[in-house]
Amino acid sequence: MNYYGGEFDIAVIGAGHAGCEAALAASRLGKKTILFSISLESIANMPCNPNIGGTSKGHLVREIDALGGEMGKNIDKTFIQNRMLNKSKGPAVYSLRAQADRKKYQQEMKYTLEKQENLYIKQAEITNIKIENGIVKAIETNIGAEYKVKSVILATGTYLKGKIFIGDVSYESGPDGVFPSNKLSEVLKENGINLLRFKTGTPARINKRSVDFSKMEIQEGDKEIEMFSFENDTKNIEQVPCYLTYTNENTHKVILENLNKSPLYGGKIEGTGPRYCPSIEDKVVRFKDKDRHQVFIEPMGRDTEEMYVQGMSSSLPEDIQIKMYRTIPGLEKVEITRPAYAIEYDCIEPSQLKLTLESKKIKGMFFAGQINGTSGYEEAAAQGIIAGINATRALDNKDPIILSRAEAYIGVLIDDIVTKSTNEPYRMMTSRAEYRLLLRQDNADLRLTPIGYDVGLISEQRYKNFCEKRENIEREIQRLKSKIIKPSKEVNELLEKSNSPRIKVGIKLSDLLKRTEITYEMLNLIDEERPDLTRQEKEQVQIQIKYEGYIKMQNAQVDKFKKLEKKRLPEEIDYSTLKGLSLEARQKLNKFKPVSIGQASRISGISPADISVLLIYLEKEKRK
Amino acid sequence: MNTIAAISTAIGVGGIGIVRMSGEKCFDILEIFFKSKKGVNIKNIKGYTIKYGYIVDEDNFVDEVLVSFFRAPNSYTAENLCEISSHGGTYIVKKILEICLKNGAQLAEPGEFTKRAFLNGRIDLSQAEAVIDIINSKTEKEAKSSIYQLNGGLSKYIKNIKEILMSFMVEIEVSIDYPEYDIEEVNIEKALNILSKVKYELEVLKKSFDNGKIIKDGINVALIGRPNVGKSSLLNAILKEERAIVTDIEGTTRDIIEESITVSGIPINIIDTAGIRKSNNKIEEIGIKKSREIAQRADLIMLLLDSTRTINKEEQEIIELIKNKKSIIILNKIDLNKININKKELEKNSKVIEISAKEGIGIEKIYKEIERLFNLNEINTDNSIVVTNIRHKTLLDEALKECCEALKTIKENMPIDIISISVKNIMQKLGEITGEEISSDIIKEIFSRFCLGK
Repeated sequence: MNYYGGEFDIAVIGAGHAGCEAALAASRLGKKTILFSISLESIANMPCNPNIGGTSKGHLVREIDALGGEMGKNIDKTFIQNRMLNKSKGPAVYSLRAQADRKKYQQEMKYTLEKQENLYIKQAEITNIKIENGIVKAIETNIGAEYKVKSVILATGTYLKGKIFIGDVSYESGPDGVFPSNKLSEVLKENGINLLRFKTGTPARINKRSVDFSKMEIQEGDKEIEMFSFENDTKNIEQVPCYLTYTNENTHKVILENLNKSPLYGGKIEGTGPRYCPSIEDKVVRFKDKDRHQVFIEPMGRDTEEMYVQGMSSSLPEDIQIKMYRTIPGLEKVEITRPAYAIEYDCIEPSQLKLTLESKKIKGMFFAGQINGTSGYEEAAAQGIIAGINATRALDNKDPIILSRAEAYIGVLIDDIVTKSTNEPYRMMTSRAEYRLLLRQDNADLRLTPIGYDVGLISEQRYKNFCEKRENIEREIQRLKSKIIKPSKEVNELLEKSNSPRIKVGIKLSDLLKRTEITYEMLNLIDEERPDLTRQEKEQVQIQIKYEGYIKMQNAQVDKFKKLEKKRLPEEIDYSTLKGLSLEARQKLNKFKPVSIGQASRISGISPADISVLLIYLEKEKRK
Repeated sequence: MNTIAAISTAIGVGGIGIVRMSGEKCFDILEIFFKSKKGVNIKNIKGYTIKYGYIVDEDNFVDEVLVSFFRAPNSYTAENLCEISSHGGTYIVKKILEICLKNGAQLAEPGEFTKRAFLNGRIDLSQAEAVIDIINSKTEKEAKSSIYQLNGGLSKYIKNIKEILMSFMVEIEVSIDYPEYDIEEVNIEKALNILSKVKYELEVLKKSFDNGKIIKDGINVALIGRPNVGKSSLLNAILKEERAIVTDIEGTTRDIIEESITVSGIPINIIDTAGIRKSNNKIEEIGIKKSREIAQRADLIMLLLDSTRTINKEEQEIIELIKNKKSIIILNKIDLNKININKKELEKNSKVIEISAKEGIGIEKIYKEIERLFNLNEINTDNSIVVTNIRHKTLLDEALKECCEALKTIKENMPIDIISISVKNIMQKLGEITGEEISSDIIKEIFSRFCLGK
């Protein structure tokens, strides 16, 4: 009993972090959008760690916000602890991380979706995508509805053929007890999309009442709270602490004695797991010399006693898990509420995507999030907003938004997964960004808000405020560069107090600020004409002046990089017919179909000689 | 496009050698080290002209040359281009290339001049595939020769340095990407130690480039002396020794005769001017100008004096000239026992060796002194590390520069993220020598060395 449910511009399958951003971006840009989730209770769920941000992921959240996305605003509404990590390690790697009230986060996001004009939310499993002549036409639900759509964004997370493992027990399931999506994998395969099988895992949740915190180190939030969204400045809340404890010999003994009961070591799991998110079994086996591993106990919300045990993901049987957790100081009497598990799922080989996140094969089919082989809420959300924007722009016949590696972590992320095939879930890391010093979390708005405004996701008012901020920063930098401070008693006393060499002749304020030991705030005392700036503006002024030399250096590298990115390779080249290319290059280039010489040069196995051949080919074509 | 340079003539002994340079800044770079005889302003020079002048390396004379100028688009590459024609022989031509690179040119990739000619529209479409063939064949050759060079000591040595840096870099990156992971924070003292060590190692390598040059090209020795002082006898005496004679080339453009012997396995090229050697030459002067020229080209100068005669004016001038260079003063004809020269006075500036070429006395001492002056015993052991490839040398120089930058940032108390920029740059430069990519390695290393994750 099928029925026709209506016509939509864009359908988003899955309402996790990718799906939410995609649906919001598309509907906010005026597209009639329908968002599906197998269970509306799992909208914006965090089935693993109850936090947002952290190193490089915090950068992603800021970038999403700068483009006009929701994640930053949503966590700002619902965090219960905030910390700026890496404060001593340099401005480019400051990283904001928030502990979330998990349920509130979901609730807020669901409410935001519900209120959004042009957006329709449906609880259903999508079981078929109808494709005609390589173009998406319609989708069908498990309960018999058919919707005509112009394009579809798949954001299925770990639900595709999801299978959970706890010891020798295994069953088909999505995360957190939600039904898996079992039909879509076949549809994708039938349409020529290659699938991979990945795995990941999550630790147990425990009841707070059963934990002895006196045996653990406490970790409080920052005194001065910074927020994710550029539109929020600070907020005073009572924060909830995290706790740190460690595994020990006994823990490791329990694990090693029961290794044969792990499906991972018993060979039952075929999926590839991530190196950066190993189970505790992996850690103990691979790092035999380490006599202890960190375990963080994190709150999951204000009105729940459940806590998350970071560092202890496992696929051992439940009884062994209890035994193993109880060897840890503070957890001797721990009560597990939900056991740790490993989950295996289908994802696509992301090299089948364009940099727009659209399938190279099927017009109107976009992919975002964990289905692209990535891991992490923030990585997912970042792809979600880009997929939402580009699906919209494709329908409007506008050029897609492709952020470059020199513009954003989002650019690095998408370029990496599309250009370098990944054989394990991909996690963002600051080490992956070549131009780290330029892609700071503090300047994400300066980098991306103009783009967000052009796209249409940034309101006039916000853009006006942004422009004012940008001008204030620029003006203040120019002022500091022209203002000369004379060597007075007052000045030299201030310098001495900060262990900074005295001055004998006049010096520019900007040059004083370049000294490592001097901050913008300190100079307040000797700088009378100082304008009234916001915290964010002051921070920009300080960073841009202090690190000016290094920023210039990276900018010069970026100029070089851009030259090769600008040399476009037409889609229709058949590389197997190009004389002079190595055999490997022909195969790889045909597989990846890079859009530019720059992207081609990042494919593994492409040599400088191959690049020369491509340049000559381009020139030849130009002259035809 | 950036400016590139390369040697255009075949490597080896030839009458002349040509270094070609092409690109936007080509004339600006040339201006730094080419001194035109007539003081012509290079920037305004017309295409299709040839200028005579000198190549200087920071005020040191290198060679007299002819430079042909081509203005864009009327050149082989359709860019501004110049060809520096110098005297032949590996040493000079390489030296000129080195000077080009030092002043801002980049070493041309295999086939790059031809590639540019094509990209700039100079070469016909039908030749495009030929261009590709050239690039491929040259790349292959280059690859073979660089693999050859990287086998053994050098690559191992660089890998060691890279490993030191890698493990340092991984520590930095782990502490950044996993701030809560319980490892020690990178401390400044350790960073200073590591980078000072790396700097030292890179300097050793850099120095070895000169040694490498010696092994490959030998030492150029100028033999100077007025007629009848016994140069021919000395040469004959040297050649009579049972040492391998490598080449005997006569009749290059400047009538220079080179005899090559090997000392401790190193080729020693003895350069002599034919004009002085010819017995029918009646002019008694040594020719200060010519001697000066030869002296500039040589790694070592041997001044031969007749111990039975007093030092004349020209000889005195030459003694002054060689004061600051590697030199040996040889007093010949000691068998006549009629010494008219103040040996003590000469020994102030140079090593003085007494010989009798005719009787074959003291020749050994000359070899010993050459060995001592160039540390030949040290150089020629099989496991010493030498850099001989000019591309490698350029990359090493850049790595060293980055290393100094890194040390500077540490001393300035910059945060580790800033320090990591230079460290990564050093690794990238070294990676270019060994042909390895760096960034994916770092991430691989992070996970193999540290137990991270939730």
